Amino acid sequence: MSENAKPILAVRGLDVRFETNDGPVQAVNGIDLDIMPGETVAVVGESGSGKSQTMMAIMGLLASNGRATGSAKYRDQELIGLGEKRLNRVRGAKMTMIFQEPMTSLDPLYRIGRQIAEPLVHHAGMGRSAARKRCIELLRLVGLPEPERRIDSFPHELSGGQRQRVMIAMALANDPDILIADEPTTALDVTIQAQILELLADLQKRLGMAIVFITHDLGVVRRFAERVYVMKLGDVVEEGRTAAIFDDPTHDYTRMLIKAEPSGSKPPVEESSPVLLEGKDVVVGFRQENAGWFSGSSEFRAVDGISLRLRRKQTIGVVGESGSGKSTLGRALLRLVHGRGTVRYGDRDISSLDKRGMRPLRKELQIVFQDPFGSLSPRMTVGQVITEGLLVHEPDLSRRERDKRAIDGLKDVGLDPAMRNRYPHEFSGGQRQRIAIARAVILKPKVMVLDEPTSALDRSVQKQIVELLRRLQEEHDLSYVFISHDLAVVRAMSDYILVMKDGKVVEEGVAERIFDHPEKEYTQALVQAAMDTDPITVSAAR
Amino acid sequence: MFSYVIRRFGSALPTLFIVITLSFFMIRLAPGGPFDLQRPLDPLIMQHLKHAYHFDEPLWKQYLLYLNNLAHFDLGPSFTRRDFSVLDLFRTGLPVSIELGGFALLIALVVGSILGAFAALKQNSWNDYGVVALATLGITIPTFVIAPLLSLVFGVMLDWLPAGGWGGGDFSHVILPVVTLALPQIGIIARLTRGATIEALRSNHVRTARAYGLPSFVVVGVHAMRAAILPVVSYLGPTAAALLTGSVVVETIFGVPGIGRYFVQGALGRDYTLVMGTVIVVAVFVIVFNLIVDILYALLDPRVRFD
Repeated sequence: MSENAKPILAVRGLDVRFETNDGPVQAVNGIDLDIMPGETVAVVGESGSGKSQTMMAIMGLLASNGRATGSAKYRDQELIGLGEKRLNRVRGAKMTMIFQEPMTSLDPLYRIGRQIAEPLVHHAGMGRSAARKRCIELLRLVGLPEPERRIDSFPHELSGGQRQRVMIAMALANDPDILIADEPTTALDVTIQAQILELLADLQKRLGMAIVFITHDLGVVRRFAERVYVMKLGDVVEEGRTAAIFDDPTHDYTRMLIKAEPSGSKPPVEESSPVLLEGKDVVVGFRQENAGWFSGSSEFRAVDGISLRLRRKQTIGVVGESGSGKSTLGRALLRLVHGRGTVRYGDRDISSLDKRGMRPLRKELQIVFQDPFGSLSPRMTVGQVITEGLLVHEPDLSRRERDKRAIDGLKDVGLDPAMRNRYPHEFSGGQRQRIAIARAVILKPKVMVLDEPTSALDRSVQKQIVELLRRLQEEHDLSYVFISHDLAVVRAMSDYILVMKDGKVVEEGVAERIFDHPEKEYTQALVQAAMDTDPITVSAAR
Repeated sequence: MFSYVIRRFGSALPTLFIVITLSFFMIRLAPGGPFDLQRPLDPLIMQHLKHAYHFDEPLWKQYLLYLNNLAHFDLGPSFTRRDFSVLDLFRTGLPVSIELGGFALLIALVVGSILGAFAALKQNSWNDYGVVALATLGITIPTFVIAPLLSLVFGVMLDWLPAGGWGGGDFSHVILPVVTLALPQIGIIARLTRGATIEALRSNHVRTARAYGLPSFVVVGVHAMRAAILPVVSYLGPTAAALLTGSVVVETIFGVPGIGRYFVQGALGRDYTLVMGTVIVVAVFVIVFNLIVDILYALLDPRVRFD
């Protein structure tokens, strides 16, 4: 990149605001950005920082209640306020975009070949058969296997990673100058994430377009971007070369973001620590109806013969990609789904207990879910939510005693007890997750299954939750089964690791050993994809 | 696909059988019978009548007899309309009802979906509010109000169209009943289309289409509308069956010789065979149109598979 090159995209004083029922909301406050030809720029920030809305405004994709003012020039063409027709000459041709949601960003009703061809037909004026030929080339370029056959697939016949490849093919169709990638790997499994990132890096090297990466993932930034803009609440708080930002951040927010990467580890528990929860050859099967009249049904095993022993104060991290059966295992251990095999709690076999038999044990066996928005009843106050379990398990408590427990519970998870009369929707994601944890901890459980408790949260909030969980473990002698696809968080939390794939354990062992010397190929791929911090790319322009 | 259709018909037969059985016994459990007149008949005549129609046999025997006749496509004689068999009544009435309902369905579909899509594209404008208000009006005003009103205004006061009657089904006689029948459906379909279109316009894949600079007629016409049609198609199954099998109110008010009237007439007159015949016709229509809708849905949405 030469110093006096003209930026290919120059944003000046861009302002985005939304008219809502609660009055106007300012999403972006007059920011400046420059994208040079062929460079890779990351726009980093947590949810609500305005990073996505900035790009939406530039592409003319704001929701109908959104308004952008200021300037965004592609070469010399002003984009803000440009009419739909003239904007359409730029977007999809010179500037293209891929999105966070590969599952829904393609039209489910049309074959992918037709969707990739549309920008070719409408921008380059290609005929259908020429467009089809180009499509196959593009699909080959993005590494979709068997492009001649797959071109006639419908989106639902492809996996998430494959759909994102199709989106990338569509983005490349007209040789764009700028490719905007809005969290393109967030919805994908880690090993797929790594593949998509490598593909983007490789394509950039070969084709030389600029890539604007919108992301919350500093790992991606470090490996991928030459330059970084850090955004917070609609402002750019810091910008500079990636290495400089990571080595010597000047703004507090950037420092906080970098520090928010999960860190630390947990030493293994002593061998003498008593076994609290033990699963032996746990199998959870779901019946599947087979096609045809007489072929009957077969069994799909989500969890296929897994054994584990959870000791007091131990944290077993269960890692695996989506569909590996890790959540089902967590539920089966608490007997929330029906399974076969033996589950022992303390010295009791609980695998044959019915609902009523399990009820007194539920107090000691608690679960916290991933979605802090869906798992709290919206019509109950926080105080009611967290004390509801007490009504069942300690019915003799007076109202006043329950209220006191609510106050203690909220204090325990670092929330202001005065908040107990408010409703869940008034809280942020991180606060809600604290409430969900308080609801479990208030019953003084011994074992907690934590099912992706940090996955829906920003990194900085994740870190707080991880610290909270660690402190609670110390204070209350808790044992955790920590389920997550996020290896960085699992590493920070767990002392023993179970790696799952297709319902089976691929590898298990002490956390340190699994992360530092993974033996199985799958674990190695997983660990490498998640922990690698080396840059993937050297940009073509340098 | 073909095997799916066969299977669906296979599973429809038990449904039909259950419907027939239930309604056979239910109508007979209702007090009274087809020959109970205001002035009681002479007991001897009554006895002969009952014997002639096998009413003196046990109920299960009558049921088997009915099934046997049904298997030979004999729906029996009508008790209230002497000299006609139930099949005769349908042979003359059903085409009239189908013509009436078919036109109403077509108009409702075309006008309703265009209005709905238009409102969705102009969401939160006065155009939108206007369509929604009209649609609500169409749904809320009952047919028995609209029908006489139309007849009065266009038939009597303006004298543009016949106020009633069928006139052998010529165009001028068809208009008013068709419009009456179509109006509430226009309202419902417009609302359905509007909601589905708004949702489709907000979907991620429509955002993709816009991000790739496709012209708006492609974004809306190709990507948004096809998704928006799906809920309307599912609604059409039961609706088509209901419209094509006639409407009591419209047929009575405009004096249209369709089969809608037979529902009420048959039930009130304890015309066992007529009631049974109507039930069977409606059930067959419901089954067939739901099947058509399922096939249509699968053609429109590749995610729905038959096998």
